[in-house]
Amino acid sequence: MKIVADRDVCIGAGLCVGTSDTVFDQDDDGIVVVLVEDPEGADADLAREAVSLCPSSALRIVD
Amino acid sequence: MTQAPPELPLHMRRDHFDPVAELAEVRESEGVRRVTSTFGMPAWLVARHDDVRDVLADATRFSNASQLAFSLPDDPRSAEEKRKALAGQMLATDPPDHTRLRRFLTPEFTVRRMRRLEPRIVEIVDQHLDAMEAAGSPADLVPSFALPIPSLVICELLGVPYADRDEFQHRTARQLDLSIPMPERIALQREGRAYMEKLVAGAKADPGEDMLGMLVREHGADGLSTAEAQDGAAEITDDELAGLASLLLVAGHETTSNMLGLGTLALLRHPDQLALVRDDPDAIVPAVEELMRWLSIVHTGVARTTTQDVEIAGQHIPKGELVLCALPSANRDPSFIDDPDTLDVRRGSMGHIAFGHGVHHCLGAPLARMEMRIAFPALLKRFPDLASALPFDEIPFRAYHFIYGLHSLPVTW
Ligand code: HEM
Ligand code: SF4
Repeated sequence: MKIVADRDVCIGAGLCVGTSDTVFDQDDDGIVVVLVEDPEGADADLAREAVSLCPSSALRIVD
Repeated sequence: MTQAPPELPLHMRRDHFDPVAELAEVRESEGVRRVTSTFGMPAWLVARHDDVRDVLADATRFSNASQLAFSLPDDPRSAEEKRKALAGQMLATDPPDHTRLRRFLTPEFTVRRMRRLEPRIVEIVDQHLDAMEAAGSPADLVPSFALPIPSLVICELLGVPYADRDEFQHRTARQLDLSIPMPERIALQREGRAYMEKLVAGAKADPGEDMLGMLVREHGADGLSTAEAQDGAAEITDDELAGLASLLLVAGHETTSNMLGLGTLALLRHPDQLALVRDDPDAIVPAVEELMRWLSIVHTGVARTTTQDVEIAGQHIPKGELVLCALPSANRDPSFIDDPDTLDVRRGSMGHIAFGHGVHHCLGAPLARMEMRIAFPALLKRFPDLASALPFDEIPFRAYHFIYGLHSLPVTW
């Protein structure tokens, strides 16, 4: 599992950071930064949840 | 107040906390129904969770920028004045214009920024509880708690003098009230605009440490017209600045305050859940999400306009029509959540769309969440015997308003 973020479409809503601040962060402009690209275990579940919550569809899981 | 208020459109009709049965019926039968919008125009009401998410996620086919959703009957304003009034109004734009405006503000609303605000919010909440306690039981929770806390927070954040609050609280509340005649609402809109322009001029002359000052320092533009700014400019025009600030001021007042009032009443009606929120520090995070879902105080958000022929729930909708998303109905869709009409603060699903969805998802959501997570438990701990002073049927719900809530909530302790 690999998390990919499209920083051009992110609206900085921070739902991802609110879901897991070990996997995601926001830079000074409020735009998403993926801290752990290939999360495992509980982090992987939280990352999956964040992907489905992201309002701007900025997050994707590739394989 | 002799004039009878207009009949409420279906998407605003409620039975106390609940959306009316007819709305559930739309969701359980055809899913999309032709209705009359708030301004008397024909519109399509979308009622299911999946469909609402699809519409809100698709800014290409469902546009916010069409003037249609913002055109009011009998509007006396010139085209130029209307254009000026919409400058900076993020909810009236599509990407890429929307992206440009929103990115001016995202740095101010990050989760980390909000955490830095936390101690000040705790202080503001405590001060208001102290004042209530000192004045003694009974009290009206709306003017003594629910309204002033978010109001003071957004004023400090933006850099709006709190001393002016009576004036603009009155103005913002009436501007969004359907039972107020249109000419008066437009006059209020103009007054609000003039007030904001004065504040922006002040911030430009002497930018402070607040959000207006920051926007002026980092993106201020002298003499740039709104037309020139359209193409992705990094500068913000004065009109846009006034528009962004007005939007934040209205959104900051009319939303969180209604959640605090209505949410407290909801908890008072569910004493076991109230006790949980009061006594268990881990209960508040899911509780806020469940209260948001169950109450869905924003009936629909801004109507979208179709930019092409589309199909929703099997219904063909031609290009150029208005689409309204029924958030309360979507949030109580049994295909989204089990037993949807029951309030259960233990579950706290994050998948609700009470903050909207898609690129217009609420900018202030991290702030609103933090305010609610601090305010509800603090109130309940301070007054463990809090009770409504009125029988349930006499509590005045705010029906004729774009955002649902209570006019007042008399309480004792
Ligand atoms: C519990 C409180 C709140 C609720 C229920 C709420 C709800 C919403 C909803 C449903 C939308 C989307 C509207 C649409 O798509 O048509 C929205 C957008 C917005 N909200 Fe909130 N909101 C709340 C608090 C706040 C606060 C405190 C602020 C400001 C500090 C704020 C600022 C905004 C702004 C600026 C937008 C427009 C975003 C855009 O167009 O990109 N909201 N809100
Ligand atoms: S949830 Fe989506 S839009 Fe929000 S910060 Fe994360 S990636 Fe960006």
